[in-house]
Amino acid sequence: MSFDFELLRDAIVFGLLLGCFYAAVSLGLSVAFGLLDVPHLAYPAFLVLGSYGTYMLYTLGFDPLVAGVILTPVFFVLGILMYRIYYETFEKRGADSGVRGLAFFFGVMFIIEVAIIQMFGVDQRTVSASYIGRSLEIGEMRIPNRLIVAFIVALVIAATLYLYLSRTFTGRAIRAVAQDEGALRLMGANPVAIKQWAFGIATATLALAGALLIIVAPIEPTLDRAYIGRTFCVVVMAGLGSMGGTLIAGIILGVAEEVVKIYGASWAPAISFGLLLVILAVRPQGLFGR
Amino acid sequence: MSKIKVTRRTAVQMTGAAAVATGTTFGPQMASAQQGPVKIGLSMPQTGGLAAGGRASLLGIEVWKDDINAKGGLLGRKVELVVYDDQSSATTTPAIYSKLLDVDKVDLLFAPYATVPTGPIMPLVKQRDLLLMGNFSFQVNQTVKHDKWFNIAPWGPADSWGRSFIEIGEKAGAQSIAFLAADQEFAQNLVKLAKGVADEKKMKTVFEQNYPPNTVEFSAIIRALRGARADMVFVCSYPPDSAGILRAVNEIGIGENVKIFGGGMVGLQFTAVMESMGSLLNGVINFNSWLPEPSMYFEGTKEFFAKYQPRAVAAKVDPLGYYLAPYGYAQGQLIEQAVASVKSLDHKAIAGYLRSNTHKTIVGSIKFAADGEWEKTGTVQAQFRGVKDKDIEQFRGPGKQVILSPADRKTGEPIIPFEKARKG
Repeated sequence: MSFDFELLRDAIVFGLLLGCFYAAVSLGLSVAFGLLDVPHLAYPAFLVLGSYGTYMLYTLGFDPLVAGVILTPVFFVLGILMYRIYYETFEKRGADSGVRGLAFFFGVMFIIEVAIIQMFGVDQRTVSASYIGRSLEIGEMRIPNRLIVAFIVALVIAATLYLYLSRTFTGRAIRAVAQDEGALRLMGANPVAIKQWAFGIATATLALAGALLIIVAPIEPTLDRAYIGRTFCVVVMAGLGSMGGTLIAGIILGVAEEVVKIYGASWAPAISFGLLLVILAVRPQGLFGR
Repeated sequence: MSKIKVTRRTAVQMTGAAAVATGTTFGPQMASAQQGPVKIGLSMPQTGGLAAGGRASLLGIEVWKDDINAKGGLLGRKVELVVYDDQSSATTTPAIYSKLLDVDKVDLLFAPYATVPTGPIMPLVKQRDLLLMGNFSFQVNQTVKHDKWFNIAPWGPADSWGRSFIEIGEKAGAQSIAFLAADQEFAQNLVKLAKGVADEKKMKTVFEQNYPPNTVEFSAIIRALRGARADMVFVCSYPPDSAGILRAVNEIGIGENVKIFGGGMVGLQFTAVMESMGSLLNGVINFNSWLPEPSMYFEGTKEFFAKYQPRAVAAKVDPLGYYLAPYGYAQGQLIEQAVASVKSLDHKAIAGYLRSNTHKTIVGSIKFAADGEWEKTGTVQAQFRGVKDKDIEQFRGPGKQVILSPADRKTGEPIIPFEKARKG
């Protein structure tokens, strides 16, 4: 295919928007895996659960984005409960908790998949809203409104998390627990309570991210498997625990995928993960990791 | 892998499995020595991307099983299905079918729904010389050339699917074509054959793009497609992608010059997708297997749907079930007719009967060609028209998917170009 500047320009714009969506669905993992070191393999399953929660509220008449906001506190509580179970059954017991934790979250992932199938069946689900199925026209360029919504919501989640983690006492405690749990304990804070709170926040972001997922594309119960690679790729590329880095890594992944798609879409996954390998080879700690 | 129905493993069966492990071979006749029910073994995608189709297909087969058991079964023995979930994956099916044969000791085999899970079991059934009733896979016997393969799907001659679509475009004056296909076996087989037809008709290929599984966003691809300015667009996509492609087409547009769009989009046949896509479907010309059009009713068709649809609602399976469920039932009818005729479960005898006769089923008369596919295509190309948003009931009657091809099932003429047809 010959070079076409307009195609390339459009692909970069689509990639920027898609990348922000990737970042939005990865920010919670940046907290859970990047800061708390919890091997949260069930993270994408919670993401899909958020989508189905959104779908359920949508069928009751709620706008998908409003549904995502309504589900946020529910997911916060769910996250706290999930961490408590993980802590009591695995983390508290010592050194090999990481490996056994992987098995735990792997199991949780399958339980969530089966629960969704039992409740909603295996059919694809989509939602409709005024911003889905329409596009913003700028000259010859048409930008899907749903991607613009994903872009804005991603920025809001990233900015909120960044401000929370850097400007509040609890937020700084979350960052501290990632660096030196023992020192935090000496300061009189309870690391377990802090991690539990942080895990709740990470899970809460998935309510909104899940709403974005079903806004951007149709969902089905096992869609989580498609996002395991993408979300971990974004978080590792960013540098564990970096919110701004997660946003930029998501954008890099999105732009790489979309640009490759116009010249040979089959290569999109290989190019994306190849990029991850290159970044890790140059900066093993990730783009913004310390 | 989750087992749906576990048959009791007796000591005799365990001994049989041990015999297999030590090298004892079993021919197709081995199962007929067993007493008790006639066991039909199959895997079916009940989770993963193909699950929506797989579960509907399985329910169609189950309706047949209940009907045949109510009539006394096969050869006076009740029919039992031994079913495993293959998770829509090609990697699980060889082990599942080995287990069905060596441990569960089934008498007959049905293939799973779709090409991807079916392809890997073809060498196994050929090596063991077993009858395999295919279930909507595409061209899996092309290189294996197994003489006991019979595909219930109405695809017919290999290139008829793409040919019928391209001929509709050709009649509308199209001279150039674009191809967009998933990197999956089915889509690649289909697009390869369609390219052959396009070359034969001297159509100019102006766009050719494959995309990988799990593609989230199609905007960039559709933008590139729009830039190609093709007269017709042949799309070969799998269920999760078809909806994403249509949505991107609606948002990005594909240009005024496109006369027809669609062809091989899997997923748009499923009720949940049709209901959720609503008016976005309008104008798309796409393949299908069964539609509630006057030309598609045969003996037993109405009765089948009267049994299927209430059960489907209860089971949270495709509530209309047009695409796959009646063919699942017809698959059973073929076995029923063959076994009744040859009075045996012998695979060679059943295959001989199936190859030599024309079979009346609820999806019409079926005659198999030498490759185990339908001798004459039953694949319809139909155009979505006047589809409204959020209304499942509209699909129960005729008129929403007008059949354009083949001639003996045709119920209308195409609305062209695509942009005009999209307006409903």
